[in-house]
Amino acid sequence: MAFERSDPNQSKPSKLRWGELEEDDDLDFLLPPREVIGPDENGIKKVIEYKFNDEGNKVKITTTTRVRKLAKARFNKRALERRNWEKFGDAVREDVGSRLTMVSTEEIILERPRAPGSKPEEMKVAGDSLAQLTKGGAVLMVCRTCGKKGDHWTSKCPYKDLASPAETFVDKPTASETSVAASGSSKGAYVPPSMRAGAERTAGSDMRRRNDENSVRVTNLSEDTREPDLLELFRPFGAVTRVYVAMDQKTGASRGFGFVNFVNREDAQRAINKLNGYGYDNLILRVEWATPRSN
Amino acid sequence: MRPILMKGHERPLTFLKYNRDGDLLFSCAKDHTPTVWFADNGERLGTYRGHNGAVWCCDVSRNSARLITGSADQTVKLWNVQTGAQLFTFNFGSPARSVDFSVGDKLAVITTDPFMELTSAIHVKRIAGDLTEQTEESALVIKGPQGRINRAVWGPLNTTIVSAGEDAVIRLWDSETGKLLMESNKDLGHKKAITSLSKSRDGSNFVTGSLDKSAKLWDTRTLTLIKNFVTERPVNAVAIAPLLEHVVLGGGQDTSAVTTTDHRAGKFEAKFYDKILQEEIGGVKGHFGPINALAFNPDGKSFSSGGEDGYVRLHHFDPDYFNIRI
Repeated sequence: MAFERSDPNQSKPSKLRWGELEEDDDLDFLLPPREVIGPDENGIKKVIEYKFNDEGNKVKITTTTRVRKLAKARFNKRALERRNWEKFGDAVREDVGSRLTMVSTEEIILERPRAPGSKPEEMKVAGDSLAQLTKGGAVLMVCRTCGKKGDHWTSKCPYKDLASPAETFVDKPTASETSVAASGSSKGAYVPPSMRAGAERTAGSDMRRRNDENSVRVTNLSEDTREPDLLELFRPFGAVTRVYVAMDQKTGASRGFGFVNFVNREDAQRAINKLNGYGYDNLILRVEWATPRSN
Repeated sequence: MRPILMKGHERPLTFLKYNRDGDLLFSCAKDHTPTVWFADNGERLGTYRGHNGAVWCCDVSRNSARLITGSADQTVKLWNVQTGAQLFTFNFGSPARSVDFSVGDKLAVITTDPFMELTSAIHVKRIAGDLTEQTEESALVIKGPQGRINRAVWGPLNTTIVSAGEDAVIRLWDSETGKLLMESNKDLGHKKAITSLSKSRDGSNFVTGSLDKSAKLWDTRTLTLIKNFVTERPVNAVAIAPLLEHVVLGGGQDTSAVTTTDHRAGKFEAKFYDKILQEEIGGVKGHFGPINALAFNPDGKSFSSGGEDGYVRLHHFDPDYFNIRI
């Protein structure tokens, strides 16, 4: 006897759960067929199988594999002939176990060049205007009042009457200056790796855990602000791994706050020091550690 | 991408060359034994035994039948690619540094180093179809007190020879008469020794890499400087991508970093540059020593790099390499 189950709370099920499909008691021993969702453009292949486990319950097993093509098929007839040539020279005595040719265990990517505020041994991107402002590792001067970068400090701002920063904001200009100067040191001075900007203090640190400790909360964002804007704003201070802007799903506007995760804590600290109170798109930003940190 | 590591050489790599069809990769190193690998999976096919010195350079004929290698043992040898047998040996009075087949494989240009009383020289040899008739006779010898010539290649239609070397000047020679046709502009050109030279796919331009931490793109017919690529490391190897408008530079050691033991191993990288905008696109890390050789597969979908560490790393590009935007 067949029976239907329907859930009155679900107006329109987005995903039909296979367990709630029509069950026919007589054909309970039949399993849904094996599905293969072929390799998509990323090479991800999913195989969905159903079987009975030890307790006699229906079990769904989804296997996700990444199909990688290691080599292109050879079209050339002569190249195919060459594939069958005999080995010669030192390769004659080669056994299958010789580890002469190995696929790397590491995934290597074409690393895009980093933003200028980060490690001094990285390349400066020529077209970046901030690179021209920083001019070989000098201090990036940010004025909090008028928001112009690279021209003058806040105290020297010619537009002092615009909006003065509130006293509650954390302000450590001198400390940030020295730390930036040390990290962006002149090319001639030798800086040992443990003291270079962005050097990991403890060997073998867990990257992701430290990343979440280097999370910066940004509040008082304008409603047009999106992730790329935050990324562009915070990139000069160092390598950014993740940006997030809280969105209101209904209006599509920003809810006024977001988070930026830096690779290095020092970069996060500098970003906080410089951008706290920074005028950005008609609002004054508030930038602080994501969870309160006592330094 | 997952590079394929090939450790067939015990000593630093000096040169890499793909054959015309892109299925074989030839590697030369200081360990006297050039090796040939399959370019798709890096499997070794064979080695060419016979040289007694570091092998500096090689070239392969268009039908992949013959290999020519130049070595520090003062000989240049012709090999049968398939069997590894030596077909012919040219003897010189000094180490041979660079070899290049002409279009049509009937001529080869060979440079030799300055050695004792001999100055450096460029030799052109005729390569016979039937190697039983091969002679050691030179069709042309160009001598000049220029310092070591690191690389000499044929110009378009074999009418000219382009040479570059330690004196940082690129010279254009007539291949029939041996006359010097022109030299590169000394003010715009390299300031230190030129280590490497690589032609574009059609031969109309070429890029040179130098110890002055830059690489320059030149027009082959007029030796006009077209582009300049700046890096932070002395450049040991250059390659032009045949498919996209990219140039790859491989370099050496930053002198300030020599004594540090960096916990990030494998940090020597091959830097990719946009050929037109002269901007760095990115770098591919992995080598444990300076990169001495770079080569692109003629289909443009893979490239390989050889380092001072003796490793050849073969990279097949991910699909998103072809979507890179500046």
